Amino acid sequence: MSTTNGMTSITRKFFMALSGFFLLVFLLQHCVINMLSVISPEMFNTVSHFMGTNPMVQFALQPVLAFGVVFHLGMGIMLELQNNNARSVKYAMNKPGENATWMSRNMIITGIMIMLFLGLHFYDFWLPELNVKFIQGDMSGLNAAGEFRYFEELQHKFHDPIRTGLYVVSFLFLALHLLHGFQSAFQSVGFRHNKYTPMIKKLGDIYAIMVPLGFVTIAVFHFLNA
Amino acid sequence: MDLTLKIWRQKNREAKGEMKSYPIKGVSPDSSFLEMMDLLNNELIEKGEDPVAFDHDCREGICGSCSMYINGEAHGPDRMVTTCQLHMRKFKDGETIHIEPWRANAFPVEKDLVVDRSSFDRIMNAGGFVSVNTSGNTQDANATPIPKEDADNAFDAATCIGCGACVATCKNASAMLFVSAKVSQLALLPQGRPEAKRRATHMVEQMDHEGFGNCTNTGACEVECPKGISLENIARMNREYLSASMSSDS
Repeated sequence: MSTTNGMTSITRKFFMALSGFFLLVFLLQHCVINMLSVISPEMFNTVSHFMGTNPMVQFALQPVLAFGVVFHLGMGIMLELQNNNARSVKYAMNKPGENATWMSRNMIITGIMIMLFLGLHFYDFWLPELNVKFIQGDMSGLNAAGEFRYFEELQHKFHDPIRTGLYVVSFLFLALHLLHGFQSAFQSVGFRHNKYTPMIKKLGDIYAIMVPLGFVTIAVFHFLNA
Repeated sequence: MDLTLKIWRQKNREAKGEMKSYPIKGVSPDSSFLEMMDLLNNELIEKGEDPVAFDHDCREGICGSCSMYINGEAHGPDRMVTTCQLHMRKFKDGETIHIEPWRANAFPVEKDLVVDRSSFDRIMNAGGFVSVNTSGNTQDANATPIPKEDADNAFDAATCIGCGACVATCKNASAMLFVSAKVSQLALLPQGRPEAKRRATHMVEQMDHEGFGNCTNTGACEVECPKGISLENIARMNREYLSASMSSDS
């Protein structure tokens, strides 16, 4: 497994961490923008229209985001396969819970659950957006009544209790993934300091709970108000 | 104490091994784990059976020879001790104890509980040293001022005995903690700086070449390490390696 794709084990974890940092920033801004839908439908419509039609967001940031997601998933699966191959014969008796958290040992499970959720999320929001904007060619962001359609479409998706439930469960997996992933990314890029690392771990715990909780709040709010 | 031991038995590297049960009676709670194994082996020899092969040498926790995965943990349930320092008072009378060799493809089983850890030697040969001619004109160690914190951290890293518990414990069979301790102990000292870049790149490449897994920062290695080697060393090795990779002269 020495230099797969010209990378060593350290460069692989470094790039895994970099893509992780990028996704952390994306998640935060996504959560903040979506939270506007709870506070003010008008503001949510305005920001959504900007994000959905701005050329920089659509043609520069969105492809980078897509690459980041695919890279993070692909690299995660590759690392998991390599790591499984490093121990062909397993222990007859093993107590991994004695020395490491469940989250740190099961990043591949929580990661795959998040990716499955992304499939549903793309089906719900991204693919219809691509259809309206780039196949039908309607960049106005308006519905038949001549009003912005974003808030209405968002609320419509959460009519279904099963879909809302799936979103909530997925955000639980996201929280579990972030509880290890946030602080692990700092360690992977070599940032560890007696003074700052405890702060990073606390910040990571806050981020890992607050951001998924924000998404849960949005989903449940629209379900209850649908 | 009367115990049941379930021990991995394997004739040689090619043979297929299996767990075998051995009842043992009259074990003193004050005996060490290896003394208990000696007791078992005496009984097996008296019966004309093949004794259980296991690595041991100093029996005082400094050589890094002993290597048993006991009841699902490297060096057993105690913390900051090697198998030879583990005492039978940590177990209960009547208990069944599972004893297995380190499991990693880079540590093939030679016989029973003995594994080949020469992959660690090859990693050390790749750069875990300082190239200094020490014949005849060695310099006084105190002639080079070193900050106390650096000296302490280098010494802490140097306490790694290379037992391989980190690899055995890691869910990925990663050797990052061992290699990072060896990289750190020299990177922190001025005598190690001239070869720091070459050392980090060569040792990491050799580690990967040996077939160890990737580090996913679970921290299990740090918990099970009998010498308390810190994850700080892995972060330092990451910095050393990444900066060496980015510079043009490595």
